[in-house]
Order: sequence, then C-alpha cells, then structure tokens
Amino acid sequence: MNIWLNFLIDSLAFGATFMYGSTGEILTEKAGHLNLGIPGIMCMGGAGGCLVLNMIGKSGLPPFLIVILGILGSLLLAMFCGLIYSFLTVSLRANQNVTGLALTTFGVGLMKVIMSKLDATVYLIGPKMMYRWPFAGRQDSLQCLGVLFFLAIIIALLASWVLFRTRVGLQLRAVGENPATADAVGINVTRYKYLATCIGSGIAGLGGFYYIIDYMVSQEAYLSLEAFGWLSIALVIFALWRPHMTIIGSTVFGFLFSCSSFITNIPGIQVTMAAKPLLKMLPYVVTIIVLVISSIRNKRENQPPASLGLSYFREER
Amino acid sequence: MSTAKKSQVREPLIHLSKRASVNPVRAWAIRIAAVVLGLIVCGLVAFLLIDKLNENPGRIGDFYEAFIKGSFSTSRKLWKFLKNIAILLCISLALTPAFRMRFWNIGGEGQTLVGVLGAIAVDFYLGGLIPEWLLLILMFAAALLAGMVWGVIPALFKAKWGTNETLFTLMMNYVATFLVAYFLVVWVPSGSSSLGKLKYGKLPSIGNDYLLIILIVLALAVGLYIYLNYTKHGYEINVVGESVRTAQYVGINEKKVIIRTMILSGALCGLAGYLIAAGLDQTVTTESAGGQGFTGIMVAWLGKFNPLAMILTSALIQLLNQGAAQISQDFDVSGAFPNVIVGIILFFIIGSEFFINYEIHFRGHHSHAEAGKETVK
Amino acid sequence: MEKQLALQMRGITKRFGPVVANNHVDLDVYRGEILAILGENGCGKTTLMNMIAGIYFPDEGQILIDGEEVVIRSPKDAFEHKIGMIHQHFKLVDLFTAAENVVLGTETKEKYNLKAVNAEVAQIAERYGFKLDPAKKIYDMSVSEKQTVEIIKVLYRGADILILDEPTAVLTPQEITRLFDVLRRMKEDGKSIIIITHKLNEVMEVSDRVAILRRGEHIATVNTAETNEAQLTEMMVGKKIDLNIHRSAPVNAVPRLIVENLNLYNNEGVHVLKDISFTANGGEILGIAGIAGSGQRELLESISGLQPVASGKITFNNPKKNRPVSFFHKSMKQVRALAEKGAFHDRNMNDVTFHGMSNKAVRKWVQNGDVLFREDEVMNLRDKDPLEIRRLGIHLSFVPEDRLGMGLVGSMDITDNMMLRSYRKGRLGFLNRKKPKAQAEQIIKELEVSTPGVSTPVRRLSGGNVQKVLVGREIAYTPKVLMAAYPVRGLDINSSYTIYNLLNRQKENGVAVIYVGEDLDVLLELCDRIMVINGGAITGIVDARNTTKEEIGLLMTKTDERKEEDA
Repeated sequence: MNIWLNFLIDSLAFGATFMYGSTGEILTEKAGHLNLGIPGIMCMGGAGGCLVLNMIGKSGLPPFLIVILGILGSLLLAMFCGLIYSFLTVSLRANQNVTGLALTTFGVGLMKVIMSKLDATVYLIGPKMMYRWPFAGRQDSLQCLGVLFFLAIIIALLASWVLFRTRVGLQLRAVGENPATADAVGINVTRYKYLATCIGSGIAGLGGFYYIIDYMVSQEAYLSLEAFGWLSIALVIFALWRPHMTIIGSTVFGFLFSCSSFITNIPGIQVTMAAKPLLKMLPYVVTIIVLVISSIRNKRENQPPASLGLSYFREER
Repeated sequence: MSTAKKSQVREPLIHLSKRASVNPVRAWAIRIAAVVLGLIVCGLVAFLLIDKLNENPGRIGDFYEAFIKGSFSTSRKLWKFLKNIAILLCISLALTPAFRMRFWNIGGEGQTLVGVLGAIAVDFYLGGLIPEWLLLILMFAAALLAGMVWGVIPALFKAKWGTNETLFTLMMNYVATFLVAYFLVVWVPSGSSSLGKLKYGKLPSIGNDYLLIILIVLALAVGLYIYLNYTKHGYEINVVGESVRTAQYVGINEKKVIIRTMILSGALCGLAGYLIAAGLDQTVTTESAGGQGFTGIMVAWLGKFNPLAMILTSALIQLLNQGAAQISQDFDVSGAFPNVIVGIILFFIIGSEFFINYEIHFRGHHSHAEAGKETVK
Repeated sequence: MEKQLALQMRGITKRFGPVVANNHVDLDVYRGEILAILGENGCGKTTLMNMIAGIYFPDEGQILIDGEEVVIRSPKDAFEHKIGMIHQHFKLVDLFTAAENVVLGTETKEKYNLKAVNAEVAQIAERYGFKLDPAKKIYDMSVSEKQTVEIIKVLYRGADILILDEPTAVLTPQEITRLFDVLRRMKEDGKSIIIITHKLNEVMEVSDRVAILRRGEHIATVNTAETNEAQLTEMMVGKKIDLNIHRSAPVNAVPRLIVENLNLYNNEGVHVLKDISFTANGGEILGIAGIAGSGQRELLESISGLQPVASGKITFNNPKKNRPVSFFHKSMKQVRALAEKGAFHDRNMNDVTFHGMSNKAVRKWVQNGDVLFREDEVMNLRDKDPLEIRRLGIHLSFVPEDRLGMGLVGSMDITDNMMLRSYRKGRLGFLNRKKPKAQAEQIIKELEVSTPGVSTPVRRLSGGNVQKVLVGREIAYTPKVLMAAYPVRGLDINSSYTIYNLLNRQKENGVAVIYVGEDLDVLLELCDRIMVINGGAITGIVDARNTTKEEIGLLMTKTDERKEEDA
C-alpha cells in the first residue's frame, strides 16, 4: 500500500483518541461547563474498560459480548467521573476550573493505581484482536481500524446531528448560551447540564479505552494517556465547537503528532531529530492561532458558548 | 379563600439562597469537617485499592499514621516537606495576582517551565565561562524574562481582542513543553534527551540545601500579601477583578492593569522556575514543573487568593502528597496513589464551599407527593 | 356587539417585605380590546402584570380567565391559559435565529423541523403585518426586530392575552406606528392586548380603555374616547403631597457647568441624547425629571467622561476669580503660560507676568498665595476621561444609579471604598488608609450608617446604608458639581431625608447639584429648577417654585417635536 495512504490511515486511527475526547468535551461545553477533568475522565474510561476485560478476558464469552462489556465498563467509570464533576459544579456551583483540575488529578492517579494491578496478558492480549474487527487479519495499516474507530466517527457525526438538527440540541445550546433565558422558557437547566456532562464524559472515556486497547495495544500505553486528554481540549477550539469538525481536526492533530516518527520512513525527506518536538508542538500553536483569529474576527458562531465557565443560580438574575 | 390558595403554591423541595454573611468559625468548622469526611472516604477507597490493607484491616491505623510519618518522621522528610511546600507555594503565589483580577491564568505550568528553561539555557551556554555569582544573576534574569513573556502574550490578546485567556494559557503550557523537548534534542545530540545535572549555577547552601529557597518563598508570600493589600497596584487589581465598570468610573485603565498584572504573574512563575533550576535540579526536563502549575491553581483557590492562607493550603496538599507517598511505600501500591488521595480531599473541600456560601431551606412539613419532581435549581 | 370578558383580577395584593406593591387591585380585560395600564415609575404596573404572567404569585386575590378561577404559578402555566408577556428586557438567545428562539422550550410530539418552524413563523408574521426574516440571527437584529421575535414567540405558543411592558420605550416613531398597526390587527383578531406605559399620547392613540394605577392602587378605569390627557395626568400623579423638605433660596447662583448641543449615540447607534443644552448653577439644585430611560443615565455619564459624545460642548467654570494660584494641578510651565496671557493679578490688582523672574522666585511668590486669578477658569470637559478630569483639578462628583455595580465595590470594606476616588494620592506605590479610614468613620458617625465597623464589606450593608456610604464619599471629595442619579431609590423615609439634607447642604456651600429623581413631589420641593427630558431631548426647564405636578407630568410625556418631523 502507498506509504502516504498508510500514513493517512494511521493519523485517522490515532486521531480517534482525541475525536472521542473532544466530542465529549464539546457536549459538556455546549452546556456551559468547561471540563478540565477530561484528561482524568479519559484515563478512567481506559481503566474501566480494562478492569472489565481483566475479569472476562479469558472467560470464553463470545467475542462480541466481550467487546460490548468492555465498552460498557469504560462508559460506566467515565460517567461516574462526569457525575462527580456535575454534582460539584452544577448542584454545588463549585468553580469549574478547580473542580476539573481536581478530577484530572484524581482520575489520572486512580487509573495508574488500577492499571498497575491488572494483568496485561488477560485484558490486552486476548481481547485486542476482537476490537480490531473487521480488519483484524490484515497486515497493512487498515488493521488499525476497528470497532471503536468506527464508533468514534459515528458518535462525532451523531453528536453534530443532535446538537444542530434536533430540538434537544437546540435546547442544550440555549442552556450553554443563556441559561436564564432557557430557564424562562421552561427548559430544565439542571437536567440538561447533568446529562450533557455525563454523556460527554462517557464518550471521552471511550477515547482512553480505545487508545489502550486498540490503537497502542501496549501495557505502557496508559502512561501517556493524560497528554491526549489535554490535546482533546485543544481540539475543541480547533473544531470551533462542532463535533463533526473533530474528525478533520483529529486527523490533522494525529498527522502532526505522529508524522515525526513516520516521516523518517519516507524516502527523500530528511529531518533532523530536533524537528520532532517542533512538529508535535504544531497542534497547540495552530490551536492558539485559531483561538486568536476567531476572537479577532469575532464571528459569533465561532466563539465559546457565552456562559462557559459560569455557574447558574436562578436567584442571581 | 386565600389560605386555600397558598397551599397550592408549589414550593421547591429544596430552596437555596446565598448567605448574606459568612461566619468564619462556622466556615472553618465546615472545612475541617470536609477534610475529615474526605479522609474517611480515602480510607474506604484504600480498602478497595490496597491489597495489603484489604487482607489485614487492622493496619488501618498505620494507614492514617502514614500521613504524619510521611512528612515528620525524619528530618530529611521534614526538609523535603518544607521544600515541596515552598515550590508549590511559589507557583500558586505567582498565579494569585491574575486570579484576583479574575484573569484565569491556568498557564502556570508553562510559565514555570519556560522559567526553568531560560535559567538552564544561560547555565548551559555560560556555565563555567563567567563567575558563578554573575551566572546566577543572569539565570535569574533569564528565568524571569521567559516567564514574563509567556504570561504577557495571552494578556495582550485578552486586552486587545478579549481572547479567552483560560484556553490560551492552557495551550501555552504545551508549547512550553515541546519547546523544552526541542532544546533537549539540540543540547543532547546523543538522542537520550536527558541533559543530566549541570556543574554550575547552583544557589549556595545556607546550613541546609533547601533553606534559602524556603526563605525566598516566605519573603515572597509576605511581599505579595503586602503588594495585593497595601499598594495602589494591588488595589487596582481588586477593583478591576470585582467590576470593570467601577474601574472605568474612577478612571482605571483596565487593559493596562491586565497587562501589568500578567507581566508580574508570569515573572513570578519564572522565579519559581529559577528556584527549581538553580536551587534544586540544575537541569531541565519536560517534567520540571511536574504538574505543580495546575496544583498551584487549586492551592490558590483553596486559600481564597490570600497569600498567607495559601501557606496553609499548600502545606495541606503536600502533607497529603507525602503521606500518601509513604502509604504507597509502606503498603506497596502504585506511586500514583497520592494523586487519588489529593483528588478525593479536594472534592470534599471544593464541595464544602457550597455549604459555607449558601443557605439551604428544606420545605416545611406540609410537602406533598408532587414535590418529588422538583430538584435543586 | 357584546363584549366578552377574558380576564378578571379580583382583590390582588402583593407585598415585598414591608412594601405593598399592589393593594387590592381589581381589573377586567375584554376580548378584542387594547387596555392601557398607566402610571408613574414604581406604581406597581409591572408587578401586577407579572402576576398574570406567572413570574410572581399574588399574596391575596383571585385571577379568573373566561370566568373561571385559575392558578398561575409559572410562565408555563400562563402559556397554558394562553397568556403571554413581552418583558422590557428581552429573553432571547443572541446566537440563535428568530425561528429557533420562537420554538425554544416548546414541547410537541412533532419532529423538530426548522423549515416548518420557519414557515410557521413567517406565516404568523404575515398575518399580523410584521416584517421578520425567520432565519435572521438575533445579534444582527435591531431592538424593534427583537421585540417582534418576542411577540411572535408569544403568539406561536397560542396566546390570546398579550401583555407588553413598555413596548415603545426603545422604538423609533416609525417603529411605534408599525407596532400599533400590528396591535390593532391582533385586536381585530379577537385577542386581548394589555400595554403598560406612561406615555399619554400613546395611550390616547392606541388604547380602548385606560386603567390608572398610583402607588400600588387602582385609581380608575376609563374609556379612552371619554377622557383627555389632562384628566389622565391628574389621576396618574395625584394631588401634591407636602413632604416638608427644607429648601433655601439660592444665594449667588453662578453658572458652573454649561452643556451645549450635546448629542450622543449608544453602542447600538440609537440617538440617546438629542441637542441637550442647559446650565447648572453653583448654589442651586437642578432637578432632572423624566420617565426612566429617557437619557438621564447617559447624560450624567457623558458629563463625567464615561461615554464619548458625538457632538456638543461641556464646559466647566472653575471658581478661581480672586483666588490664589497653586501648583497643585499645574506645572511651572503652565503657570508661566497663563501669566503670559494675563490671567493673574497680585494683591494690588496689578498684572503678573513673571517676566525676568527665576523659577525659584516664581515658585516662592505663588506659594505665598499672593498671585491671584483674574477670572474663573474655563475648562473643556468634553472627550476627557474621568482621570483626566480629576487631573485638571475639577471636583466633579457622581453618584451613579448602579450603586454596587459602579459606584462602589461590593466585596471591599467601607474604608477601601472611600479610597476609590483618592487612592492615587501619595508619592509612593503604597496605599494610605489613614485618611480614608478617618473619613469612613466620620461618614458612619455623621450619616448614621448602621454597620458593625469600617471593615465590613459594603455588600453586607442595607440599601440605605450603601447609599449613605456612596453619597458620603462623593461629598467628602468637596465637589464643585455633584450629580446624583436616583439617590433615594429603594431607601426608607429616614435615609431619604438624610440624603435630601446632604444635597441641600451642598447647595448652600455653593455646589452645583444635579438631582435625577423619579418622585415628582420630591423634585418639586427639593429643587430650584427642574429640567424635564423625554426620549433624550429636553422638553422644558421650569422653576420648581412656580410649577405643578401636572405641568411636569405633561412635559414628561410630551412628544419631542423633532421626533414628529423624523416620522
């Protein structure tokens, strides 16, 4: 297969990690909550899935069931984190930045403790091929595209559809833009905030699970997961708060992030070692440029949700 | 007639209102209760996570004892405890002026890291070529300058175009990380990307290796307390943070204040970087700031942005950190265990603020079935 | 045709703490009519309507719709009874289109289809003669378009009774005409329209009946065709009440602040101040009367340098005649330049030029206090920010309407709030809290501020005490001009009288006091002259001693003639 095509597919596959993360974060931000706990949540999602696989990996259950139970485990633990975050920030009106950072501290720590106790031969070696369906047997890079990869794309597209084409999405966006108005027209602001945050967290958690079990397939993978959580938050800005844009954005990010290792394989291109970190820096620089340009252009549709980061208390109108 | 009508009025099950005044004794009682509750939950979580505790529940006493042991059992641990407090406190102090102005600088990590990088760059290129005292001064200047630049860039965009500072400063952290990675590749051509400890540029030891750092940070805490509470600049920061309209009403140029304050905030992060570089590590890695830029945000917030109170909150965080590290050593669990403990305690303290600031009224006894539908709003 | 009752209110009472906002109000609304609710600011019009719209719940009384008693606890309940209210402050999501805002929060089983909603919105608009593009974003809209969206939002939910709170306050004359056309069309459609207003000409133009409220009570409901403006004004303002505010005759009233042909446009490009010209004299209280939002706030803010004006002049006569020159706000260079122009004289009325004198000698002479100004200093205030005005040495005090959002910092204590104006004093970078603290203590003592101490955050004080702190600070600045916007709003009687006395004392000290108020009785007893504005233009300046409430009431509602020309 063409080396460039391989490269593209690998970038896509790598990008699916942040695709999950940023789609989840977009849902949360659209409800007006900047969740800096996403890195922790992604870690916990990874841990949750692996924890379940550690129990059933060698149980001889049908492969599809193992796949589904793993996903459920991942969702469950990530949504639990989302619940902690929403309880603190929505019901108890705590500072979102501080709560998010505490959640990241907690989630990253707990994941490392959990993962250190799991047996990689059980949760990883057995189930990995099941998640690579339908291309598991192939030798080229198509083998990287498994169930969870396609799920990422479906979720990103579905999230965009819900946000921009349905009544629920309209009401969710109203909550994030102007909760007082949403409240006045009879929308249950608290319910929307809770649901968006918990579902968003669940989606983000799948990203962590995908990265460990499918993309990296390594027992050290979890150690580098936190960084991709932060990259996911960056990707939200790059995608201008549109989930379908994360598909493109995550590919670009994946491309820039992994091209440093790929690029040496391409004949005719010479790069020094020093260029690698600079290439990896690019996603963040590009994100800053996007952030600055959108604030200068001041096009209303490309701005963060207007009430992002602010608690809503009805009696403070 | 009217009484019958009133009973039909659906009061929510729980009604919230903001407290007009906060009783400090009550507030502290709530906070302490939250920490105690958090520690109990930590114990429960420990049963789930720590095999040795699960097998032998009698060791729960050791578990709690470790929090004391971790910081106070030997003088080496005590000094380490004090040093850790100093560095964390320094970073959170640096962030405080920005937070007082409601400028959400979550770029402390990056600003500190470029501070380390600036100091080490000077050390790397000039170490041994010039006198040690001059080297230390140049390292100091480079660290402050680097932190300042990193801090002022988002501030300029915020002042000019209102660019979201939370997201901007967050991104600057990663740019800093990879900038360090770049220089490591340039400086260490072997490919190991590990610079190793440099020979020159070490702050002198006065009795104890850490004492100078601790004294510098203590002086900084007092100095910043004075700056924020007793100077015109500090006063302007408070006014801008509270209400931009009031600032305009009395003729304060809020843009100027934003930029000036972020120069200070960034420079102080640079100072933290200098202390790490010249006082402790004599080297730089992408992990030189070690996440303390983020922890510092929580320390500052917990200390209500009061520099003196932050001495206590940073001590609390480091006490938990070292205690939990002791636990992971004693009970043979992952080195990440302290994060779990700190996270849980933080959740409880964060949550407790609600009970300090809000009053909760439960609906009286005349509630009826319909009430269940209403939730906290 | 027999008129059919749509809505009845019986004995509605609403209290907010000790304040009775509505006292046993009875009101009938028929199908197919436009009912105007007329009254001064704060007479309880909006509160009454909020109880029909589900924002407040009445303490006493009944609401009947189509003859049946109903309970309205939330805006949702109101919609179920086909009642919709268009509030003065629009509740719209800026980022959404008109149609998206209209459909927001409605629950139907139908599939969400924006195209269908667009069509439906367009259809409602067409039916009543609105001009509205359903796909236009709110942030691109003018105020009038936003109001249209709010009205359609209510109609989309099937309202038969529409309440409009001050719908014309933000509209141009042409837009008002268009709105009234729409309202008439809705009336013909059988809907009941209630408009809250205090503009008499509009009441006469559009309504079928008028209900007059005064101080929370229903005075009368009359058929518009059988009444006139004078009668309505009388009912609206009531008989003059004697308040016994001490008022002295102005002594040595001299022009202090002169405003000429001032024009101001707000951020949305609306012409909010139109050719304002007046003079405020030292030793006199100039009252400004007008309906809330007629440009009072903008006028005071543009004088104090917070809003850049489009055209016009603002000049300040600094009372310096025969007073010693000082270096306090002037450099040596400026002093020499002024001397060159012949601005100074010595104790013997001889010209002072400083020719051939060293700086040292000049400094000594000036500091001895023997160099005097020949005339008052004339200073231009236009295009100067508050700090520049201060640096010129002009003592201009301003008590803004928004006490805790602008005048004071809520989280700071009384001492620190005292410093807001003066914290820059002193050479070093440090604050000096000694004087502000003494000042705070003095204000607490003299104005009887009830507070635990000087270090209590002002947010914790009651409204009256907050205002005393603010007014006290502005007066402590020894102003030459003191502007106060609604300084007694929300205050109890005792605190109000404290404020009146303070203003009077300032006037006796020769300060030019500008008082923006809403209670006509107070304006009549406190002020020397009253300037009435409506729609950003002056409709008259009258002598407070020789005028009546009715005259001012008419001026307040008089339509600006220029406006008519525009239309």
